[in-house]
Amino acid sequence: MELYMSMSVGVLFMVGVYLILSKSLLRIILGTSLLTHGVHLLLLTMSRLKTGAAPLLGEGANSYVDPLPQALILTSIVISFGVTSLFFVLAYQAYRKLGTDNMDLLRGKEDE
Amino acid sequence: MNNLLVLPLLLPLCTAVILLFLKQYLVIQRWVSTVSVLMNIAIAGIIVMQVRSAGIHVLHIGGWMPPYGIVFVADMLSALLVLTTSVVSAFCLFFAFGTIGVERERYYFYPLFQFLLVGIYGSFLTGDLFNLFVCFEVMLISSYALIVLGGTRRQLRETLKYMLINILSSSLFVAAVAYLYGVVGTLNMADLSLKVAEAGQSGVLNVIALLFMIVFALKAGLFLFFWLPGSYSAPPSAVAALFAALLTKVGIYALIRTFTLIFHSNPEVTHSWLMGMAIATMILGAIGTVAYHDIRQIINYNVVVSVGLIIMGLAVSSEEGLEGAVFYLMHDMLAKALLFLLGGLIIQVAGTADLRQMGGMIRRYPLMGAMVFITALAIAGIPPFSGFAGKLLLIQAGLREGYFGLTAVALGSSLIVLYSLIRIFMQAFWGEEKPLQEQSPMLNRKLIMPSVGLSLLVIGMGLGSEAVYNLVADAGSTLILPMQYVDAVLKE
Repeated sequence: MELYMSMSVGVLFMVGVYLILSKSLLRIILGTSLLTHGVHLLLLTMSRLKTGAAPLLGEGANSYVDPLPQALILTSIVISFGVTSLFFVLAYQAYRKLGTDNMDLLRGKEDE
Repeated sequence: MNNLLVLPLLLPLCTAVILLFLKQYLVIQRWVSTVSVLMNIAIAGIIVMQVRSAGIHVLHIGGWMPPYGIVFVADMLSALLVLTTSVVSAFCLFFAFGTIGVERERYYFYPLFQFLLVGIYGSFLTGDLFNLFVCFEVMLISSYALIVLGGTRRQLRETLKYMLINILSSSLFVAAVAYLYGVVGTLNMADLSLKVAEAGQSGVLNVIALLFMIVFALKAGLFLFFWLPGSYSAPPSAVAALFAALLTKVGIYALIRTFTLIFHSNPEVTHSWLMGMAIATMILGAIGTVAYHDIRQIINYNVVVSVGLIIMGLAVSSEEGLEGAVFYLMHDMLAKALLFLLGGLIIQVAGTADLRQMGGMIRRYPLMGAMVFITALAIAGIPPFSGFAGKLLLIQAGLREGYFGLTAVALGSSLIVLYSLIRIFMQAFWGEEKPLQEQSPMLNRKLIMPSVGLSLLVIGMGLGSEAVYNLVADAGSTLILPMQYVDAVLKE
């Protein structure tokens, strides 16, 4: 199970990096969002996956999943959700004002 | 247990929430913000005095003992940085009153300002690595909003890049936290210090250490500073001063904390990387300071050079070097805020940021000229100003530990920095008088007073170096012996 998870994390990172390296702003934002998803899965995998047990320590529980990484992921998801939506709003505003979403054209000149 | 430690965080947070409801009442907003920052200075002062008299203070939030709960820790380094931050933020706020403009004030400038402070204080005080990430995010999200507030074309363009680079480094931060948790199974910094030392810092832990180094170097502008000059020249000068004085310093603090407390047992790997990056930062930054005629770019690259200089103390990693780093860090927060405020004033008065179109301002603005001159000397490290003692400690440490190349680069870059700042002074204030945008012969007192206050502090910190050094020596002795920190957190 860990192996499959690691592979999917790798794929998410790969696609995320590929998208971030493209010129279109929209693709870049999608890339960052995929990258953070990859990171969250990584965090989940790092606590060792155990199937069929809740992340809670009941009385006399035989097996349980470490709850801490799940708490961390929850926090991180909320943050990345907020940041991504802010990024989208900014990108839209920038597109309206600057008239382009091509990063090559967003270099900016000294004399502005 | 000391509940005072959460106050520097709680006060700006509550202030920000209150300010959100006062959108239309700008005068009240200003007063509430002023009272809040002044109270924070008092609180920070009390924390420094308590740490001075009773050693490291720890707050176990909710009564959960480490390594399970989140702790807030104030050692001398954190306490001093909280104090300096509160002072610098007060002056930036006062400067913002006169310059930021009604539109920005109405669109939540003051609440965002307070949220930014929440993140900064949290980063300095937390004793938990994931909590550090959360505080970083609070700080960064407020900074995204502050940097774009106003929505000019330049701001929008630069904010996109600034956000992208920070989202990337935050993702890497979480990835590094994940790896570290997978290897040692804890995120409390004191506990990490023990566990990493137990496991012997080698192999995968070195890789994780380097990953953290990349993350914090991106935030601090250490070698990976390519995003910095563009982003810091976009927002209005009050915001730029706040960023230059505080945001990169949080990254530097994180570097100092992780590489003195957690990853300190294998300096051949980590600290030699830090040293290489510090050297490269100083050289490239120094080239940047002389490459432009734009005042904003010159002072942006000055920020970069000082980051390299501070990290030099960490890379040398002797007690003297760390003391020098802390001393210079405090000086740099004051001096960079002052430099950016003055830069903003010059640009406003001249109506342009291009040095070639300025001249002769000393006749109309002698006080401003004097302050620019003082700032240049202070940043270059000439006594009796505040930069001298810190730089002296750094250079001494470098020579004593036998890093002659590093020390030579540090001294050389200081000379170039002095040249670049004196060039601002000479071209803007000497020579033929050029037409100015601002026609009033005296600058508004509201605008000039914050800079005067900061200048006095820079002079005061230089003259009172001995008193400041006593506190800094405390910080240095805690940093060099991480067991003090660990004991204070874990044994209670």
